[in-house]
Amino acid sequence: MMRFSLGSRLAQVLPTLFLVSIIVFGLQQLMPGDPALIIAGESAGDPQVVAQIRNELMLNRPIPVQYLHWLGDLLHGNLGYSWRLQEPVAALVAQKLPVTAQLAVMAFVFAVIIGVPMGILSAAKRNTAWDWLANGVGLFGLSIPTFWLGIVMILVVSVWLGWLPPSGYVPLTQNWVRSLATTVMPAFVLGNAIAAILMRHTRSAMLVALGQDYVRTARAKGLSEPVVVLRHALRNALIPVVTLGGLQLGTLLSGAVLTEQVFSVPGFGKLVVDAVFNRDYPVIQGVVLVTALLYVVLNLLTDLLYLLINPRMRQA
Amino acid sequence: MSSTVLAPALPVPESPARVVLGRFLAHRSAMLGLALCLLFVAVAVAAPLISPVSPTATDWSAIRQPPSWAHWMGTDEIGRDELARVIFGARASLLAGVVSVLIAALIGVPAGLAAGFAHGTVDAALSRIVDAMLAIPFLVLAIALAAFLGPNLRNAMIAIGITTAPVFMRITRGATMDVMTHDYIEAARAVGNRPWRVAVRHVMPNIFPPILVQGTLSIATSIIAEASLSFLGLGEQPPTAAWGSMLNAAQQFLTQAPWLAIFPGAAIFLTVLGFNLMGDGLRDALDPRGS
Repeated sequence: MMRFSLGSRLAQVLPTLFLVSIIVFGLQQLMPGDPALIIAGESAGDPQVVAQIRNELMLNRPIPVQYLHWLGDLLHGNLGYSWRLQEPVAALVAQKLPVTAQLAVMAFVFAVIIGVPMGILSAAKRNTAWDWLANGVGLFGLSIPTFWLGIVMILVVSVWLGWLPPSGYVPLTQNWVRSLATTVMPAFVLGNAIAAILMRHTRSAMLVALGQDYVRTARAKGLSEPVVVLRHALRNALIPVVTLGGLQLGTLLSGAVLTEQVFSVPGFGKLVVDAVFNRDYPVIQGVVLVTALLYVVLNLLTDLLYLLINPRMRQA
Repeated sequence: MSSTVLAPALPVPESPARVVLGRFLAHRSAMLGLALCLLFVAVAVAAPLISPVSPTATDWSAIRQPPSWAHWMGTDEIGRDELARVIFGARASLLAGVVSVLIAALIGVPAGLAAGFAHGTVDAALSRIVDAMLAIPFLVLAIALAAFLGPNLRNAMIAIGITTAPVFMRITRGATMDVMTHDYIEAARAVGNRPWRVAVRHVMPNIFPPILVQGTLSIATSIIAEASLSFLGLGEQPPTAAWGSMLNAAQQFLTQAPWLAIFPGAAIFLTVLGFNLMGDGLRDALDPRGS
């Protein structure tokens, strides 16, 4: 049964990835003007150079042929070449991804530490000042633009208080203390929006769990309220929350684009922003493709994890 | 002598729309949200009347002046009045918020209706396209689209609208599938209505509430997305005022002129908060369990 579920899940993933590849390839068709002229830059006036570029990139071939050629390269791990840096896009992505991964993991830790306890508190103390406070903090997290929170934190924590460096990045392997000092603020900013989402979902899952018969039974047995909330309700409420947490990669990567820009962290997000500023289209396409691939693979892993931890789903 | 005994009058049930409106008006945080939204809409509409000066007028004798009676929110790096720019910036943000959501709804609602109504191959094909679009993080796709289309407000709105459309498609599809199980749809089909008529006249009015809630909440996310694109230089171009691009410029003068980073950001936050509060209130008011 589990093998069947895995098979059907994989059968869904492959068409999704195929369509993602069409969307990403289609992006370059939106470009106003002739791509060959844009790539040629200052040499755009030389028809020979432009013709050579057009020939090399197969721009003079029909679009389906261009797509198949591009897809063939992709399946061989070739994401194209950066026009500006003259480096393979795959190498650039591999170089920047660990930086964003560190930031994302730290942000997720912040989000769980803040969001889950606040959601529990809010549900357990429903309609009290705690509930209002937690809801207010959640709404604040969802409404504040990530990049503005980053700017305000630099202003307060770095410029006025001088506690942390305002920008830059030190790799973990080089000096872990300085690495944490440079990433703690961007990670907090990045985790803020996810903390708000986790808080809201934990609260509603806890409210459902607290209304169940087994919770009433636990209370009737005379168990203390913390034991009822934390051992009986939370265990069941956490399953959808954990799944939701796994699906927040998209939010993390979207947030990373702006956070890395604000804090000058040389990660995946900064790579795409620099590519946008320099009209380095292959890099933009490569980053979009890799983020989608990461998202789909992580979704698949979350599903598989769900199958492993929830025996009822294996029988479904 | 005969007498007529009148049966006690049955209470006339209130219309569902009135009940929802009553619940919405009684929702305190939704009213706060509505007030915030109306305030910013009024500011955007009346910008030329209430702005103290032109948002693009430079004053080289008043560069990076802190807030004062002459300039309530100070001046920027080329002496432009920050209050005037925040007031005019509301136009780009609100326009982008509303137009992007309209684009998203125009694409997503018919697609979702078709998927939920037709089932089978149409549903499978549309759902796979939506899965593919949702696999690309929202802002990453919006940035990519805006970058390829070219940096201006119109393209930013198109990019945000296209990126938001899958959410509308999913919600419409789910709501349509739910409505399709009801007896009145069966009845509408049985009396010989054509499928498009059943979809437009009988399904559409019943799936409107969740779309309305999503629309309100999506305005909030679209405003943040537009500000983010402007912040990255992909939205409204200088010298036209936009909150995101104002924050981008302010970043260079954080130590000398911190007020430049405070006011545009606070304006984005309050506008988005307003739409989020209103969307949450609408959802509560439309939730049948609320009664």
